[in-house]
Amino acid sequence: MVNMNCYIRATGNISPQHSLDPVTFSQTRVHTTQDYFKVIEPDYDGFVDSKLIRRMSRIVKMGVASAITCLRQAGTENPGALVTATAYGCLEDTSSFLRRMIEFEEKMLSPTAFIQSTHNTVGAQIALLIKCHQYNNTIVHRAFSFENALTESTLLLGEGMGPVLVGAIDEITKDSHTLLSRFGLYKPTDREDPHFSGNIAGEGAAFFLLDKDPDHHPLAWIQGIKTLYHPGNDETLRLFFLDFLNSQGFQPDQVDLVLSSHTGNKERDTIDQYLLDSLFSKKPFFPFKTLCGDYPTASGFALWLATQLLAEQKQPAWMKDLTFPLNHILIHHRSTNLHHSLYLVSRC
Amino acid sequence: MSASSWIAGLGIISAIGQDVQKNLASLTAEKTGIGEMTWLRSDHQGELPVGEVKSSNTELAANSGLSKKLPRTALLSSVAAREALVDAGWQVKLAPRTGFISANTVGGMDKTEHFFEKFISNPAAGKLAEVVYHECGAITELVADYLGIRHFVSTVSTACSSSANAIFTGARMIRSGLLDFALVGGADALTRFTLNGFNTLMILDKEPCRPFDENRRGLNLGEAAAYLLLASEKGLEQLKKKPYARISGYANANDAFHQTASSPQGTGSLLAMKGALEFAGLSPNQIDYINLHGTGTTNNDIAEGTAIRILFDPAYPKMSSTKAYTGHTLGASGAVEAVYSVLSIQQGLIFPNLRWETPMKELPFQPVTTCLTNQRVQHVLSNSFGFGGNCSSLIFSAA
Repeated sequence: MVNMNCYIRATGNISPQHSLDPVTFSQTRVHTTQDYFKVIEPDYDGFVDSKLIRRMSRIVKMGVASAITCLRQAGTENPGALVTATAYGCLEDTSSFLRRMIEFEEKMLSPTAFIQSTHNTVGAQIALLIKCHQYNNTIVHRAFSFENALTESTLLLGEGMGPVLVGAIDEITKDSHTLLSRFGLYKPTDREDPHFSGNIAGEGAAFFLLDKDPDHHPLAWIQGIKTLYHPGNDETLRLFFLDFLNSQGFQPDQVDLVLSSHTGNKERDTIDQYLLDSLFSKKPFFPFKTLCGDYPTASGFALWLATQLLAEQKQPAWMKDLTFPLNHILIHHRSTNLHHSLYLVSRC
Repeated sequence: MSASSWIAGLGIISAIGQDVQKNLASLTAEKTGIGEMTWLRSDHQGELPVGEVKSSNTELAANSGLSKKLPRTALLSSVAAREALVDAGWQVKLAPRTGFISANTVGGMDKTEHFFEKFISNPAAGKLAEVVYHECGAITELVADYLGIRHFVSTVSTACSSSANAIFTGARMIRSGLLDFALVGGADALTRFTLNGFNTLMILDKEPCRPFDENRRGLNLGEAAAYLLLASEKGLEQLKKKPYARISGYANANDAFHQTASSPQGTGSLLAMKGALEFAGLSPNQIDYINLHGTGTTNNDIAEGTAIRILFDPAYPKMSSTKAYTGHTLGASGAVEAVYSVLSIQQGLIFPNLRWETPMKELPFQPVTTCLTNQRVQHVLSNSFGFGGNCSSLIFSAA
């Protein structure tokens, strides 16, 4: 997917950082000593009727509040389409129903957890809350969930169905963290070297309102996205970067900042380091997962961060090496070495 | 931009047959696939009838060549997806710009259920190999790797409308020029998780289901996988194949009424059907057959029926729900019914709504009850409605 007419009009982001409050976000960086990074949850009463909140699971609350923040920022209540991306879906309710089904030997079960366990629950609850009868879809494809949702969104924009509300959302639960930890994925971050020493699990809900035209004072322009499944070797990957930039009429030295996928796992991070060294050796980079943790839809957080930096044109207190004006940010999102995606996001 | 999506290949595995020809034979012979639970291991065995694919995982694995240890959804998916590609004469070398867009709702839940039996009493117990393919997307990737498709791979999950959404996602990508071929559809195996989930909602019929009947008591769950190979104009030339039909319209709308129930007036269903007709540039009287979502629940059938009354009254097309044959196959149902819709056009058949006896008192129409042959079928409307208010309608038209 190249040369897209896709402008970000507004954002909403609930993450482990102070992302609902841009001023605090730029001044204070949140660290964790755990091997997971949970979101800072807002007071949901400010978003949804408290009677409704009590019935919502955590991932639904996060998703709904993030989507509402985005719509409020845009000053609209009626997106033309809603596309939700989640790799894992509603894990808390899935675990809960599964546990009870086994413990009670398939008898005397309550439907609540099952009802909220389907992958489209977040998208459905947003539609229900804002009474949105428009197009509504949910993409659930691992570390391409958000990328494929964005590709779909740009096609919808092209068909005149905008503005499109698109969001990336995944949660950490006790069971999912226990399970994923058993694969040896995580270790706590060392405060002394917060960039590279640990790999932490993450979660978040990032929503964006997208327009086809730059008519509504956009915050940033998504110039292009491209995904690569099963790259094979490092050289294929290097060419993937070059081809993508070429397709945008870009050379690596025109990129002002790379948001990289370093996770802290030294063995796996050799790919990221190789790419930076061979293509962007003189360019500043920032490993975005050190802010939001590692999860398949973390690219939602990365896109929010890029949007924030391009719109504000100001270096957060805890970042360094940025030069201004900041015009073009390249996001590289990967999960293991199976899924790679690139975003070119530019200043409007 | 207005290029059509041509349907060049079909593949299906369901309770009424393990390929297209066997499904067609069962449909015309009015032979249901719903019966006593045999392969799924559940406490509800003997109590709840289901539409099972009549093969063990070992047999399915032998058919596809994949490992029998993989989730059943992946095994079902691989069999039907391969049939669609072979049917079309598609080859990796021939068609690099191919996408695989598959829907499912359960992912590797059958294996996760087994894992959790040990895991809930000891967090260090259970074989990790059983949860590796838990995610819906992991199922799609297993099959994409099996087929050799890498260019674009995606998974849709919107409950019971999942594969209808996967189908038009592929059609949209072909229309916009992003793909030459799109293998689209979905798969879902029966699992205890979904069986018990639907059972808690008290919408499962303890007898074989009777969609659109006044005395309907609920749905039967089923399992299946079904795929269509869509081709652009250029793709079709490459295949040198006469297409079966084309996708002429689609629309997706949300009921925005309740997480699991449909609005009584069928708002979402009406919007989806209307939207698909508008997209196709057709008027309601041009539809020859409606393949109903028709689950057999009190709520779905009255909502869908009401929306049809509003849109079509007084001239109703022929219609039927084929879920009385297959059961409700959830994430696969839109694709299963898409294959049946294409067969309807291609063979000039209208499939019956099995076991139907009594008209619904609220509705002025009734479904077809015997298999009608030698019909002129130009345009078929296929409905898929799901939890979360997700409503999608597809229109298939003669090539």
